[in-house]
Amino acid sequence: MRSLLRGLRPRLMAAFLLLTLLGAVGAAGASYATARTLLLEDAQDGFMNPLVSDVRDYADRLTVPPAQQDLDDFATYLRGSAVVLYEDLRSRNGPDPSFIPAEMREMLKTSRTTLWQRRTDLTDPYVVVGIPLLRADGTPTGVEVWALQYLRGPQTAIDSFSTAAWVGVSLVLPLALGLALFTARGVLRPVRRLGAAARALGSGRLDTRVDERGSDELADLARTFNRAAEQLEASQAASRRFVADVSHELRTPLTAMNAVTGVLDEDADTLPPDTAVAARLVSAETRKLTRLVNDLMEISRFDEGRNLLELDDWDIGTAVRDTLAARGWATSVEASLPEGVVARVDRRRLDVIVANLVGNALKHGGVPVRVTVRPGTIEVADHGPGISPESLPHLFDRFYKADTARSRSEGSGLGLAIAWENARLHGGTIEAANAPWGGAVFTLRLPS
Amino acid sequence: MDLVATVLLVEDDPSVREGLGLALRRQGHEVRAAGTGEEGVEKLRESRPDIVVLDIMLPGIDGFETCRRMRTHAEVPIIMLTARGDDFDVVAGLEAGADDYVVKPVEPRVLEARIRAVLRRTVAEPSSVERHGSLLIDRAGLQVLKNDVKVALTPTELKLLLELSRTPGRVLTRQQILEAVWEHDYLGDSRLVDACVQRLRAKIEDVPSDPGHIHTVRGFGYRFGPR
Repeated sequence: MRSLLRGLRPRLMAAFLLLTLLGAVGAAGASYATARTLLLEDAQDGFMNPLVSDVRDYADRLTVPPAQQDLDDFATYLRGSAVVLYEDLRSRNGPDPSFIPAEMREMLKTSRTTLWQRRTDLTDPYVVVGIPLLRADGTPTGVEVWALQYLRGPQTAIDSFSTAAWVGVSLVLPLALGLALFTARGVLRPVRRLGAAARALGSGRLDTRVDERGSDELADLARTFNRAAEQLEASQAASRRFVADVSHELRTPLTAMNAVTGVLDEDADTLPPDTAVAARLVSAETRKLTRLVNDLMEISRFDEGRNLLELDDWDIGTAVRDTLAARGWATSVEASLPEGVVARVDRRRLDVIVANLVGNALKHGGVPVRVTVRPGTIEVADHGPGISPESLPHLFDRFYKADTARSRSEGSGLGLAIAWENARLHGGTIEAANAPWGGAVFTLRLPS
Repeated sequence: MDLVATVLLVEDDPSVREGLGLALRRQGHEVRAAGTGEEGVEKLRESRPDIVVLDIMLPGIDGFETCRRMRTHAEVPIIMLTARGDDFDVVAGLEAGADDYVVKPVEPRVLEARIRAVLRRTVAEPSSVERHGSLLIDRAGLQVLKNDVKVALTPTELKLLLELSRTPGRVLTRQQILEAVWEHDYLGDSRLVDACVQRLRAKIEDVPSDPGHIHTVRGFGYRFGPR
């Protein structure tokens, strides 16, 4: 339930509902109260005012203290709508005085003004009115006129008014809900799009951009996002460009050095021992450096998306056999290469993948290394110590070395990364895992 | 050292020029060196080398233009040195008329192998003269006549034509052609074949875009013969 309320949409909807409810109830309540007062006062006045003026008109004719007959006459004058009391006497006509609340009776004894009270202790609301009869000097004579009036008519009007208010509120609520949904969508759609774009950016698609039209805060956010993505893309392009440029600059001197390594190797035997060691060292390291620069160039081409696939139908068993033979691994690697497994691949890139996986297995795994071709997969398994769990996720990272004791291996440190990029270019994957017998298993999966 | 040749090395970087020159000389070749494309074209005319090793990145006229100018003078085999290994460079170089390419930093063994392969390309065979429509292929005299006029073919183009026409009607895969003509033992670049076929068609076909001799078999390779 908490997670339900955490979203922007439910929060917006709840806020809209609450606001509408408060507004509607407030407005309806205020107008209800006003209308009720007005209606009741109107009804009250319509009843009280004629009574009060009748009482005043009659006041002079009444003898004080009055006899029973005087009270009866007075009540008759008031058309029996009120009962006239004087101490323990009461007019014979008019309503039974039991309706008079005791405390009102008490208050009226000293009051010089008309008293009234709206009461709801019966089924229908009613108003009780008490009018004191005053002498010319304004002192109470002790004669009281009491009347009661039911407010049935106004109450019905008030009730129907309150019903109308509730109906109004309940009609407005779905409308508010719809409005909330609409507003939420307007806000949430760009937010969702931004979220998707941020995820895409995070997964490496740096060319991701969002629609930035509009002038509200969300459009501002979209623009900020786009600027950030542009800067990220530019800085990544710059760093990749840098690697490519460095590799390129290294190529010319390396070509010159490489050209003479053969001379160094051939003549090393005739050199003084120290010079011979130096010559062989320079020669060997030059070749390693060459391999590293070549691999860096290859990775740069992948990063810049300049590597293309040249797809053709190839017999995979034959292709793998050729790869092993070309590297002199035909006897050192066990191979299960059935004929007739045909796939659409870039032959040279497949060669790079297989050569890197087998080379890695021979270097870091243990013999026997076994290559198995099946429809859709090529598996390279070794019988070495396997891969530690913490190394598994990083095996295809650039320059990752699982064995930290070996500070620098023979390879460039890019072999598996290049194999992985080549597999990806095919739309395939390479998975690394440990086999039950303890060795490592690399599985290349190609799309069918 | 059976295949000793005169190599014209066109390379602007003095160290690379010196290093490659040294390596080539150690293989028994005679080396002429040039630092610019213009100088290369000049030396080509003077020294009539057996093969040209040509850098793509050159000051002044670049390797592609140098290659084109050299092609107008001679059918000498040209091996391109491409610094970038860029697909664009390779394709443009092959279109400019290069026979083969190697990527810098080049292993001297690789360059030597390519040079030898190119030089071995044309060997006369004791065979009769064949006629294919308007085309006359003389395997013994190593020449090709079209409508009785000699067609100027580079050694690679000639070897490709001889290889294709040896088995008329049979489809040869690009890989087979690469192995036979370029001696790329395995995994050669099939674009070499495509570029050379294009150049060959331009020389021997009446309408190169609608070839009558060398047909493309989509997804496989090429076939020589009538339609």
